[in-house]
Amino acid sequence: MGDYILLAISCVLVNNILLAQYLGCCPFMGTSKKMETAIGMGMAVIFVLVMAGAITWLIEAYVLKPFNLEYLRTIAFILVIASLVQFVEMFLRKSIPALYKGLGIFLPLITTNCAVMGVCLININEEYTFVQSLVTSFSYATGFGLALVLFAGVRERILLARVPKPLEDTAIGLVTAGMLSLAFFAFKGMV
Amino acid sequence: MAKSITQEFVKGLWDEIPPFRLVLGLCPVLAVTKSVENGLGMGVAVVFVLVCSNILVSLLRNIIPSKVRIACFIVIIATFVIVVELLMQAYTYALFLKLGIFIPLIVVNCVLLGRAEAFAYKNGVVASIADGFGIGVGFTLSLASIGALREVFGSGTFLGMSVFGPSYQPFTFMVEAPGAFVCLGLMLCMMNLAGNK
Repeated sequence: MGDYILLAISCVLVNNILLAQYLGCCPFMGTSKKMETAIGMGMAVIFVLVMAGAITWLIEAYVLKPFNLEYLRTIAFILVIASLVQFVEMFLRKSIPALYKGLGIFLPLITTNCAVMGVCLININEEYTFVQSLVTSFSYATGFGLALVLFAGVRERILLARVPKPLEDTAIGLVTAGMLSLAFFAFKGMV
Repeated sequence: MAKSITQEFVKGLWDEIPPFRLVLGLCPVLAVTKSVENGLGMGVAVVFVLVCSNILVSLLRNIIPSKVRIACFIVIIATFVIVVELLMQAYTYALFLKLGIFIPLIVVNCVLLGRAEAFAYKNGVVASIADGFGIGVGFTLSLASIGALREVFGSGTFLGMSVFGPSYQPFTFMVEAPGAFVCLGLMLCMMNLAGNK
């Protein structure tokens, strides 16, 4: 049990998917302008990433490995993720309309979120067991949400500040992300 | 569509240079630019995939039904990514190890999907090749320039050669994650300054 907690902490804080491993930067810059959208995106990523982590692990272990098809991993995973996102979208629309409304537009965006694909590949590369993969998927996604929400908070304040013209919008966003990343850097060596 | 082939090529180098003008495909830009070599390697891989996928998408543009086009693009891109992955594994193994999971992640690089959707699906083969090559070279140039900046200050070397001599104390902030964000932000600012003259 202790191992899992350690693994979770290292994924959320020390190896934060966004600020230490640079995965998922596009939605990070795109959806962090408002707190609401940041929370929506964070929730959607947690939801999809846990499912994608589980399914891709099973596919790797029971389909690709036994038939020596590892070289098809990239294409198999991206197809799984794309169809999973579509499926989740349809399922939520029918059964949990409230959640669907909340996540709404963020769900389709997740297909091209490299954090999802990245974590699935990390799970395979590190040779995690099924349970470990579930733990890492959930904690990486939580780390993503955490960074996104923190960053959205900072960005809402920047809107009120006077920023030099050439630095406006994305440029100042990136510099701020650098500062936030520096803060997360302090966790290095904790685990 | 009166634009010449040269114009299609040149626009990728300045007017629409990713990731500065089109803020797409940020992840590899931040992750693999610790050194010039990594940046160039990644750039070349992207050029290859982009040109090939543009050719195929443009050839098949009348056959692919528009409802499932995104899925088709993804399959086409993924195929070429696997080709690149296997080629790099065979011929440039050291670079393959350094770039790690970022090679398979070219699949989810929005630049590729963006070009397939915005250009290759609507234009002929020759124009698509020019577009893919231009955007790809632009992407490579940006990766290499960020890589150069980070490598020179962060480790005091350029392509592995020492720049400032042995007494230089490397500014390690630049090669770590925070440096990547700040560096890209400041370069974007420079581009804005230069573009608004």
